[in-house]
Amino acid sequence: MQELSDLALDVARSEGAGYADVRFVEQATESLTVKNGNLAEASSNRSEGFGVRVLLDGAWGFAGSSRLERAEVERTAREAVAIARASGLATREPIVLDDSPPAEAIYRTPYREDPFAVPLDEKLRMLFEADEVMAKVPGVTLRTSSMAFGREHKTFASTEGARIEQEILDSGAGIEAMAFNESEVQRRSYPQSAGGQHVTGGFEAIRELQLADNAQRIAEEAVALLDAPQCPSGQMTLIVDSPQLALQVHESCGHPIELDRVLGMEASFAGTSFLTLDKLDHLQYGSEIVNMEADATAPGGLGTFGFDDEGVAAQKVPIVTAGRLVGYLTSRETAPIIGRRSMGSSRASGWNVIPLIRMTNVNLRPGDAGTLEDLIADTKDGLFVSTNHSWSIDDRRLNFQFGTEVGWLIKNGRRTKMVKNPTYTGITPQFWGSCDAICGPSEWTLWGVPNCGKGEPMQTHGVGHGAAPARFRGVEVGVGRW
Amino acid sequence: MVEPVGLDPAGLDALLSHALSLATDAEAEAIFTERSAALTRFANSRIHQNVAERDATLRIRLVRDARTGVASTNRLDDEGLREVVARASATLALATPNPDGAPLAEARPSTADPGLGFVAATARADPELRALGARAVIAAGDAAHLEASGAFSTETATLAVANSRGMRNTHSVTQAKLLTVMMDGNGGSGYAQATGPDIRSIDAAAVGEEAAGKASRSHDAVDLEPGEYPVILEEYAVATILEYLSWMGFSALAVEEGRSFMDLGQQIMGPNVSIWDDGLDPTGLPTAIDFEGVPKQRVDLISNGVAQAVVHDTATAARAGVESTGHGLPAPNAFGPMAWNLFMSPGSSAKEVMLSGIERGVWVTRFHYVNIVHPRRGILTGMTKDGTFLIEDGRITRPIRNLRFSQSIPEAFSTIEAIGSDTQLVAAEYSGINARVPALRLAKFSFTGATGAEAQG
Repeated sequence: MQELSDLALDVARSEGAGYADVRFVEQATESLTVKNGNLAEASSNRSEGFGVRVLLDGAWGFAGSSRLERAEVERTAREAVAIARASGLATREPIVLDDSPPAEAIYRTPYREDPFAVPLDEKLRMLFEADEVMAKVPGVTLRTSSMAFGREHKTFASTEGARIEQEILDSGAGIEAMAFNESEVQRRSYPQSAGGQHVTGGFEAIRELQLADNAQRIAEEAVALLDAPQCPSGQMTLIVDSPQLALQVHESCGHPIELDRVLGMEASFAGTSFLTLDKLDHLQYGSEIVNMEADATAPGGLGTFGFDDEGVAAQKVPIVTAGRLVGYLTSRETAPIIGRRSMGSSRASGWNVIPLIRMTNVNLRPGDAGTLEDLIADTKDGLFVSTNHSWSIDDRRLNFQFGTEVGWLIKNGRRTKMVKNPTYTGITPQFWGSCDAICGPSEWTLWGVPNCGKGEPMQTHGVGHGAAPARFRGVEVGVGRW
Repeated sequence: MVEPVGLDPAGLDALLSHALSLATDAEAEAIFTERSAALTRFANSRIHQNVAERDATLRIRLVRDARTGVASTNRLDDEGLREVVARASATLALATPNPDGAPLAEARPSTADPGLGFVAATARADPELRALGARAVIAAGDAAHLEASGAFSTETATLAVANSRGMRNTHSVTQAKLLTVMMDGNGGSGYAQATGPDIRSIDAAAVGEEAAGKASRSHDAVDLEPGEYPVILEEYAVATILEYLSWMGFSALAVEEGRSFMDLGQQIMGPNVSIWDDGLDPTGLPTAIDFEGVPKQRVDLISNGVAQAVVHDTATAARAGVESTGHGLPAPNAFGPMAWNLFMSPGSSAKEVMLSGIERGVWVTRFHYVNIVHPRRGILTGMTKDGTFLIEDGRITRPIRNLRFSQSIPEAFSTIEAIGSDTQLVAAEYSGINARVPALRLAKFSFTGATGAEAQG
């Protein structure tokens, strides 16, 4: 591959590119789904190819191909330069990259047990076991158990001299029980929705989930939700569980701190950001107990790697400190605009697309409110919500609405009645400003979000969010007419 | 120029035949997908991303005794084909039987015009052509003192499906799409989109002028108290609603699993609502076959407000004892069939005439970040975006800040008072769904929140 890398860079240079990089990527995935006692899906996918990115007179061009042949590498590199030349037809000031030093390095995800080496029948046995437990609960109408694994081997080389090789391994699994009647459909998932928990790491993470041990509980809750009362409407004290809060961080902090969004580069698709440059180091984003950081070095996170796809080393940087906005997610193109060097969050979902600013692991640091039960015991009157069901947020990431799978009313420090179809809505800085308690490290989990979409063409990527349950005051819940 | 990977029809047929011949101890299906795509993206009135890719993938499904193994690769040489068949075979050997699984589709030749939805001019589009389109949009923004963002994309895609039951169907299509958001830097914005198989039908300057006009009318927006209002939904907004109706409930699997709002045979919307799926209609973005090779049929989903039918793939059709309608995704999958060529019947009203009689209402250009709150009741939430206006006494009086809606769509579509006489083809932002729809006037639509001035900071 070294020879083809050098060829791509040589051709780009000889065609006039001032900067070029090339990524060769091989991806392997495996997906298994058991549905209502049957193996609904067992598939394995392989994709390989390369992408050449060039800067010509300060304008970008990119071309990718799946054909790993010398002639195709030459053609693709020339195409990238031709595209950059066309970009020059509608450009302004030239793009300038930061001075991040070129690295020569190798990184591999640490793991104990290679999921691709675990026999298929063993994986299926775990999924069928969980399915059988859910099947024994009367009233469950649809059961799903799934696992997914990925291995990405990639090399990065640039005309600045970078030479990086990485192998990223990810593993995920989850279960889901649904129940429906004539007017209602309800779902419970474990350990979270959207396919469960996903990490960078090996099959050991799947064993730790103990899917079957949690199957009966979620199946019973799905059935119980059919007859549960509707979530009340009004302003309430809200306790959000760890996986739902992870998604709250994702939508209301992770996306608006992407500097390309802030600079208007995603305006026509995903939108912009309320965290404009004038807010940096000034805006009180949340209450003083709110601390967030972007940490691409966190063990096991879906946003954990050695180097981003521009060759910048993984880093841990503060984003919100004592409630104040202090950082953004940046790339080599955008960081100089705020006088900084890239913090290494430029990622591409495959060989065929360019790196974009993506979340790494944007984590809410744990607080000092003890366990979830401590927090509930400290709450006189409120609503505890668990596990994401739906999400929506405006184009500047201010006005959000989330639905969760289940809620429980809190009365006098005790979890009481279960309620169905809980929703809550708010405005981002007001919501985080109302946070008055965050549970401690024992309740903190680094969750994987495997399906974050961004960019055109759309790229779907895995990112991570650590969170512990937290309490928010005066939140609007039970939105809309039911 | 967007060049194909390079297989002519004979070469493609040879590839599929070879792949099937390697599967000796099971029924086999081979799905070939090829995509050559390019996209020129602009923001802050300059091109900032400009990309092209070509890829071709072969997906093998083996079926024996109700067991299934699936594998895919984009290595299409002999070694690659042998490896992918071996991998599918290894999975098949350990798979457990699934009596509900998808059988291979029976051979059914496509009778669609091979040229349906394919335009050579789009396939030949080069980066200069896309850059000039972007420049025309940017010029419209410059003239109105607006920053332009957007994307101009062109794509050629081939889908070929062969199986050991004699299925052999192929279809190639093209698509061009230009969209833009214009912003005034002070909260005002406007949107426009044009799409179709033929790039020559896209008037970049007109797209730019439409969005610029909307953005220019959007500055100095005011807050509107959330509540229930009459609304006029422009075609972009209506298309997004149809996209999510499809996600929620137009599939036979959604009905089977009790998560669809489609109570078949029941009046679920107003008698003036008819929605159907037709992959063969040349006024859409045609697709002649599905991912099981089955030729597409028109499916009347909602006729005069009555939930009439849902779309099927081979698996749901087998369970229901009917024929597949040609809406299968690569099988097996947990999602089920998908309606992605949607149409809604037009009415007789001009958009401007629809304003008449609305005392106080909301004009919505488009929706943003819509999501499903309750699929059984057809409840969606989302935000308005890029041109939301207050209607007072039958005319648009002022722009308003974006509103959040939370609304049962079957309920809302039971209050349609007027339907536009013109339709527009709109391609969805996130999915491959496209819809040709009219604008609508609804008596009631529920806005449950707003990003008001206070929130803007």
